[in-house]
Amino acid sequence: MVLDFVFWLLAIVSVGAALAVVFLRDVFRAALALVLCFLIVAGLFITLSADFLAAVQVLIYIGGISVLIVLAIMLTRDVQHGSPANRLRIPALIVAVLFFGVIAFALVGTPWQISTVPPTEPTTPALADKLLGEGGFILPVEIAAVLLLAVMLGAIVLMREK
Amino acid sequence: MSVGLEHYLILSAVLFSIGLYGALAKKNAIVILMCIEIMLNAVNIAMAAFSRYIVPALLTGQVFVIFITVVAAAEVVIGLAIIMNIYRNRETLETDKIDLMKW
Repeated sequence: MVLDFVFWLLAIVSVGAALAVVFLRDVFRAALALVLCFLIVAGLFITLSADFLAAVQVLIYIGGISVLIVLAIMLTRDVQHGSPANRLRIPALIVAVLFFGVIAFALVGTPWQISTVPPTEPTTPALADKLLGEGGFILPVEIAAVLLLAVMLGAIVLMREK
Repeated sequence: MSVGLEHYLILSAVLFSIGLYGALAKKNAIVILMCIEIMLNAVNIAMAAFSRYIVPALLTGQVFVIFITVVAAAEVVIGLAIIMNIYRNRETLETDKIDLMKW
């Protein structure tokens, strides 16, 4: 019962924050609304009993990505132009609504096989076993490491003064 | 009616559609990047919900969320580096003025 109330509260606030990101004229305030949206998603992970993911969400999204975005907004001095919509506003709205309609139709029509097994808690040891253990996702972990190295080099090369 | 898998999936679809609208309809390149982040977060919610309700013992969805987070961080770093480069060269972030390669 408490979980239901928490879910509805988080859902309403997250949709409001996402709408604020899209419709606020001030880019900086949109970035702050984005931080709120990230925080709400971390709360949703907690209601889904994914404690490790909630911590990762706070550390990477709120601690890293949003700081980077705010820094980029500050450095580009384009804040006073706001965030206007382009010529494709009406077609984009139609595409988004149609997309939501199709997805919602497919979601409601699918007979999901809900498992009655209680969720694993805490998830951190199980996730570590899944990522690094026997028959797990060790190859994607290595590929992610290579990807991060490539990203670091790419960012340095792109931002270097000529 | 208590909250179940469908609620989380519908919420995820709503957030994804909002992000899709913003990514298609906004001029400012940084705002477009922010909308893409909203879309990735919506996918993360769906993955965690699938993991919780369909395979609670296997945690495969949560592993997917971790990889999506890694790729999202990489994407935002490279995207912002490209945006800063464009701003340095052309003094604008409006995507319909960045049309050097437009035929």
